[in-house]
Amino acid sequence: MKIPEERGLLYDLKAGDRVFLSGTIYTARDKVHKRGFPFDVKDQVIYYTGPTPTRPGEIIGSCGPTTSSRMDEWTPFLLSQGLAGMIGKGPRSKEVIEAIKLYRVVYFVAVGGAGAYYKNFVKKAEVVAYPEFGCEAVYKLEIEDFPLYVGIDSNGKSIF
Amino acid sequence: MQQKRKLKKIEKEKFVDTVVLLCKEANYNLPLSIVKALIRARENETDERPREVLSILIENARIAHDKKIPICQDTGVVSVFLEIGRELIIDFDIYSAVQEGVKKGYKEGCLRASIVFSPFNRTNTGDNTPAIVYTEFVNEDNIKILLIAKGAGSENQGGVFMLKPHEQEKIPDIVVDYIKDKAPYACPPIIVGIGIGGDMERSCFLSKKALTREFLNPDKEIAELENSLLSRINRLGIGPGGLSGKTTALAVRIETHPCHIGSLPMAINIGCYATRYKKAIL
Repeated sequence: MKIPEERGLLYDLKAGDRVFLSGTIYTARDKVHKRGFPFDVKDQVIYYTGPTPTRPGEIIGSCGPTTSSRMDEWTPFLLSQGLAGMIGKGPRSKEVIEAIKLYRVVYFVAVGGAGAYYKNFVKKAEVVAYPEFGCEAVYKLEIEDFPLYVGIDSNGKSIF
Repeated sequence: MQQKRKLKKIEKEKFVDTVVLLCKEANYNLPLSIVKALIRARENETDERPREVLSILIENARIAHDKKIPICQDTGVVSVFLEIGRELIIDFDIYSAVQEGVKKGYKEGCLRASIVFSPFNRTNTGDNTPAIVYTEFVNEDNIKILLIAKGAGSENQGGVFMLKPHEQEKIPDIVVDYIKDKAPYACPPIIVGIGIGGDMERSCFLSKKALTREFLNPDKEIAELENSLLSRINRLGIGPGGLSGKTTALAVRIETHPCHIGSLPMAINIGCYATRYKKAIL
């Protein structure tokens, strides 16, 4: 499925489903959450990752998911602002699950520790904000058939 | 007159170059023992999802090795365990030489800089230093270097229990309950390093070092505990990637140390499936 265009299809996904995601996503981890998002999160999907440096001639470095629960504190607010989905790894807090249900969004999980594998599904990468954060900068990523699982669906059902 | 034995000299350049190599190798190449354990685990899984997740992890290790790409984007905090032989000449500052090697290794290897200057001023140092260095002196004529690069996802899930001596029998239950809570966050299938005895910091030291032992404890009783804990952890059903399955841990490694009559410290260090380390002898 393609995002953000096919955002509506997110509602039909069920916890445990395997999804191949294409389109545009943004990276954000601890520092961006703490400092504040420099773009409108409405209808967007964010990916919790901090890639390794890009080798000359390559698109991106190793880029697997980081632990989502560190972002739990800020997530209900972001969802209230219209954020459509998140990609990360590991369980979420009760508050986040409630907010996922309330705002009818999806939490996708990627397999932790498989950054060299996920690199192949990123077709374009560009730092669009906070370059001074290094690996924690906001990257705009074009992804193609990025393989994911639905961790928590829009009904709040979790696979954890 | 007794003749003075000629002592071996360790060259600084060679030492630094070795640290550089260890940084790269550890981050690109998953230890063979882990690759083999992942393949065995995939054969043992019956459901589709855990088999699929294990296939992704095995494929990831292959790509990382073939293309020299970091196994994981979190290339970790580096800890270097040095066993320094007594019969050696080292005429340079070995601590700064480690830092020089890590700095060069992470830059050349396109490995991520993940260290901040202080826990309060969280500005990145930019070169993944300082690494944490432990030194022990041994009766040898060489230096053994063990380099571990450990990501925060798994390191954050570790913990220490200052138990009372009579709580010895509770150890297996405490470990299994703890792993049940923590494993889903630590990129399972995990490796469980446990340090029992010593004092608080000794147990922590041992629990981290335990992650790199590739065989059962030579002590038969401890080996049995390692095996029984592994079976119990794998019955938790957390599974590869935390997405359910029969493989929650690949190994349990326990190290012990004598301790005080009134103490029973136990540290648990959880290693993710990609527990990355590399050894060298100079």
